[in-house]
Amino acid sequence: MNKFEDRVRITGIGLSEIGRRLDRDPVGLAVDACLAAIADAGLQRTEIDGLSSHPGPLTLDGYSGAGVQDVLGVLNLAPRWFNSGHEFAGHIGALVQAALAVAAGLARHVLVYRCTWESTAQLRQREAPGLAIADDYQWLIPTGAFSPANWIGALATRHMHRYGTTREQLGAIALNARANAERNPRAIYRQPLTMDEYLSARMISTPFGLYDCDVPCDGAVALVVSAADAARDTRRPNAIHVEAVGTQSTQRWSWDNADLDQLPIIRGAAHSMWSRTDLKPRDVDVAEIYDGFTFNCLSWIEALGFCAEGEGGPFVEGGRRIALDGELPVNTHGGQLSAGRLQGFSFLYEACVQLWGEAGDRQVPGAPKVAVTTSGGGAPGGAILFRLD
Amino acid sequence: MVRPHPAVTKENAFFWTAGAEGVLRFKRCTECALYVHPPQPRCPRCLSEAIEISEVSGKAIVATYTVNHHQWHPELPPPYAIAIVEIAEAPYVRLTARIVNCAVEDVVIGMPVTVLFEQVGPAWIPMFQPEGC
Repeated sequence: MNKFEDRVRITGIGLSEIGRRLDRDPVGLAVDACLAAIADAGLQRTEIDGLSSHPGPLTLDGYSGAGVQDVLGVLNLAPRWFNSGHEFAGHIGALVQAALAVAAGLARHVLVYRCTWESTAQLRQREAPGLAIADDYQWLIPTGAFSPANWIGALATRHMHRYGTTREQLGAIALNARANAERNPRAIYRQPLTMDEYLSARMISTPFGLYDCDVPCDGAVALVVSAADAARDTRRPNAIHVEAVGTQSTQRWSWDNADLDQLPIIRGAAHSMWSRTDLKPRDVDVAEIYDGFTFNCLSWIEALGFCAEGEGGPFVEGGRRIALDGELPVNTHGGQLSAGRLQGFSFLYEACVQLWGEAGDRQVPGAPKVAVTTSGGGAPGGAILFRLD
Repeated sequence: MVRPHPAVTKENAFFWTAGAEGVLRFKRCTECALYVHPPQPRCPRCLSEAIEISEVSGKAIVATYTVNHHQWHPELPPPYAIAIVEIAEAPYVRLTARIVNCAVEDVVIGMPVTVLFEQVGPAWIPMFQPEGC
C-alpha cells in the first residue's frame, strides 16, 4: 500500500515539568516541552515550519494550556503550516494532521504538542460552572451526570452485566499502572497500590472508585514530526515510523446514543488503523492505551483486537499479561491513572521512549519494535501504530 | 448555587419545555417514522426535512446505570443513580437521566421506568422512576 504514513518520521520528543498545582503559566509549560522536543531532534528552532496541537487555544478551565497562537507568540516562528482543534481523531488527530501536512510537502518539521493545566485551574476557579449549556453536554450535565466518571461508569456497568467483568479485573489495570509508575521518576503517584486499597477506596461513580480515575495535573508534551527525507537532518537516525493511523468515525459522537457495549467511537478508529497495515495485534510489542478510567483501557484492548469482545476482563485479570515483562505491556509509564492526565499525549511520548529504548527502569525487555497508542474514545476516537525499523 | 441547565433554544425548546405539561416529546420523521434524537434539522435516515414533534408514553427501560457517590454540585447530594434509558417507542433513542423514588441499590439493568420532571431554570429535566411508583 502506498500510504502517506511512510513519508513521515517521529524525530524528537519533549516533556515539560509535570505536577499537581504547579501554578505556572501554561504557555510556559507548552514552550518548555516544545523546546525539549526540538533539542531532542537536534534541530534549530528556526527549522520548525509547522505547528499542530489539540484541542485549541488556551482555556480558563485548564483543559487547554496552549494553542497555536500561544506558542507561536513565544517561539517567534514563521510556520508554513499550522492547525489546532478538536474535531479530529481525538488528540491523535493533531499528530495525524501534522503527518498529512508533512507528507503533502506543506512542512518539513512540525511540532505537535498538548498542554494541560487543569490542576492549577481548579485552584483558581472555584465559582459555579457555566450555567447554560448549549452543546451536546446539555443531554448530560443538567441531569446530574456531571462527570465523565458518570458517563463512562454507566458503560462499565453494562460491560460487567453483559460479560461478567469484575472490579478486580478493572483493578488489575490500575495496579499495573501504579507498578509501572513506581519505576517512572516523572509520574505523579509512585507509592505502591494494593488490590485491597483499590477495592476499598472511596466510590466515585459505580463501578469506579478513586483509583479507577486518572489524576488531573499540569504539564505539556511535544513531538517533532519530520519528513522522512528530512529525518536525516536530526539526531535520530532511527527515527520512528508512523505505520498506520486510525481515524474513522463510524458513530454519532455521543456518550449515550452511540455504542453502549464499548467505549463510543473507538471501533472505527481501531478497524481503520488495522486496515492500513499488514501488521496484526500479535505484532504489537507495547501498548500505550488511554486510561482516563480503567474501563477506557479495557475497552480499547478489546476494540484493537488483543482479545475478543467481552474478553477484556479475563485478558487483564491478575495483571501478568499486561505487565512490563508480560505478553502485552500496557501503559509502561503509569498511564494517566498514576503518571498524570496529560490528555493522551503522554502515551505518544512513552511509545517513542520505549521504541528508542530510553525508558530506564521501566524499559520493556527485548527491544520493542511496534507500539500502539490511542485516544480516549468518546467524541471522537483515534489510534496510531508506531514502528521502528 | 444554581444548577446548570440546557440553553433552551428555538431548536430544542420542544424537548426541554414539554415537561411543563408532564410529557416527553421527541422529533420524528413523518416520511420514515424514525425518532430523531438529539434533535436534528433533517432525518438522519432518509434526509427528509418533514420532521414533526411527537409525544411518547414516557415509558422506558434502564439500559445501564451508575450510582454517583461524589458531590459535584451542592444541590445534588450523593448517592444518586444515573441511568441511560431506552425509550419504549424507540429503543434506539436513549436519555441519560436520574432514577428517583427508588433506593440506589434497587436500580438494575432491564428495569421498566416512567418519566417525571424537575424544573431547572428554563428547562424541565426528565427523570425516571420505577414503573408503578
